[in-house]
Amino acid sequence: MKIGVVVFPGSNCDHDAYYALKHEIGVDTTFLFHKEHDLQGIDAVVLPGGFSYGDYLRCGAIARFSPLMNEVVRFAQSGGPVVGICNGFQILCEAGLLPGALLRNRDLRFLSKHIYIRTVNNRTIFTGDLTDGAVLRIPIAHGEGNYYADPEVLHELHNEGRIVFQYCDADGNVTEEANPNGSQFNIAGIVNGKGNVLGMMPHPERACSPLLGSTDGLGIFRSIVRSLEIVAA
Amino acid sequence: MFKAEVKIMLRPAILDVQGKTVENSLHSLGYTGVGHVRIGKHITLEIDAPGLEEANRIAREVSERVLSNPIMEDFEVTVSAMEPEEAR
Repeated sequence: MKIGVVVFPGSNCDHDAYYALKHEIGVDTTFLFHKEHDLQGIDAVVLPGGFSYGDYLRCGAIARFSPLMNEVVRFAQSGGPVVGICNGFQILCEAGLLPGALLRNRDLRFLSKHIYIRTVNNRTIFTGDLTDGAVLRIPIAHGEGNYYADPEVLHELHNEGRIVFQYCDADGNVTEEANPNGSQFNIAGIVNGKGNVLGMMPHPERACSPLLGSTDGLGIFRSIVRSLEIVAA
Repeated sequence: MFKAEVKIMLRPAILDVQGKTVENSLHSLGYTGVGHVRIGKHITLEIDAPGLEEANRIAREVSERVLSNPIMEDFEVTVSAMEPEEAR
């Protein structure tokens, strides 16, 4: 089993994601450069956080057209697991692999802090290792994380259980006060219709070791690895 | 050669927090009659095309595909032939 972490010019959480997967989880991990045309036989893809192409035009708008992203889109469409974190989430929305868009934070500020998210759906390949309703303490670091979609899309996401994480307070209550950026329905993470593409604004790779102040992000990576092991078995 | 100007604005249904902040600052400066401040992008392009119709088609295509995100933005395109002295 091998997981690929995509490197765009301006990615800055690529090494964090690599570290979390390779050294904390212990799975074979490789970097995939944005100019390449080949996914090197990997079993899952991580689009890491950062500021791909300087966030020029719109966050994720240029990365979406890079050569490797064509392969990632094909991989996702054939059912391969893809996780987009922060800028990776923005890229997945721009690429049309996930619905909606990420707008400027409600209060305009760039937010870099630990927040809480609630696991609303633990029946996905990304959350199977978490308990239903599990509250994760995890960092966010973004200026454009305000999830927006048309009302019809929001209802579809809600009705189909595709809202995976919601911002909440320390006790797991999903409240307006616990919503850091103005996201509709407190959305912190969603999956596509097939359930094989996850986008989330918080950074699980920055919550993967006691040294970093939280290990709550590990369950997400562990879930992916476990689901791949089940497929391989 | 043709010149295209693309105006991109957040869709009216979306709160423009940047525009709102500027509006608040204008109000605090005493410009209380100023409202509905919205901020967008203005992009200019030069297009090498055989005719106006084709230049228009290209400008609209790139605006829809790349320059704007239809989920959150609307765009307007204006294309005109460049004067010979304008061309570089």
